[in-house]
Amino acid sequence: MNLSLETIEDVLLVRMRGELDLETAAKFRVLVEEALDHRPGLKHLILDVSGLSFIDSSGLGAILGRYRQFAERGGRVFVVGVQPGVGRLLELSGLFRVVEVAATAEEALARVQGEVGSVDG
Amino acid sequence: MGEEEPVNRFSLTFPSLAPNVSFARSTVAAFASQLDQFTLEDIEDIRIAVSEVVSNVVIHAYPKGAGPVRVEASLYHDRVEVVVADNGCGIADVEKAKEPAFTTLPGERMGLGLTFVQAYMDRVEITSRPGEGTRVFMVKRPGSGVSKGQLPEG
Ligand SMILES: Nc1ncnc2c1ncn2[C@@H]1O[C@H](COP(=O)(O)OP(=O)(O)OP(=O)(O)O)[C@@H](O)[C@H]1O
Ligand SMILES: [Mg+2]
Repeated sequence: MNLSLETIEDVLLVRMRGELDLETAAKFRVLVEEALDHRPGLKHLILDVSGLSFIDSSGLGAILGRYRQFAERGGRVFVVGVQPGVGRLLELSGLFRVVEVAATAEEALARVQGEVGSVDG
Repeated sequence: MGEEEPVNRFSLTFPSLAPNVSFARSTVAAFASQLDQFTLEDIEDIRIAVSEVVSNVVIHAYPKGAGPVRVEASLYHDRVEVVVADNGCGIADVEKAKEPAFTTLPGERMGLGLTFVQAYMDRVEITSRPGEGTRVFMVKRPGSGVSKGQLPEG
């Protein structure tokens, strides 16, 4: 699992590559918590999962946990670049009902920064 | 089962450590791939089910540290059978544990692991005795991995 974090103003962008399971979900949680400690002004989260090849309930739980953290701050949480294999578990878990979905990180960023709820066509 | 001999089989035991979850799912997936009829979706379903069941041993079975996890797989002409067993704390109420969103560790856990296992495998039998351990028996047949879009009802 390879995780890269980037902050753009009050947005935390996390790019994930590899497999999000029990072991790597713990790393993901710790890295996001460290980012929040260092930059308390962070408000929104964008998760780029386009490089994610596997996810299970531990990975989904970690995403839900981060969703709750950012929602508590009044922020928005996006999942972007969802591939079919990962997508069917996001669907089954009900996570798609709480997080926002965008095609790319750029689109999600534009939506957050423009504070637009959704984009048309 | 009974008289029918498997074409191939393996059994291994390892400690319930988090890095062994990916080791277990990759191993069982590679083994099951020996049956040509399995589609990529079937293999993906097996990968998820093994990941869930082995994760459960790591997370729930041994609250005071790591303990042994035994994984056995038997390949037949028309299916793979997988057993994941531990000697841990056991499950007080198996029927409850199988329900969607039931978890004894709320917080980061969604209680979906065993729900996924039931959705993705063709047959799942869980036997458990509190204080003695848990055994999960699962069967996957080729062609059943149709990326089901729904959870079982209930
Ligand atoms: N091997 C085991 N030993 C002891 N208890 C278990 C074992 N497997 C499952 N359980 C119990 O069954 C419950 C349900 O398991 P399930 O995998 O569905 O959810 P979870 O592990 O709690 O959450 P998630 O899988 O979404 O991370 C667990 O909370 C736990 O109490
Ligand atoms: Mg579980």
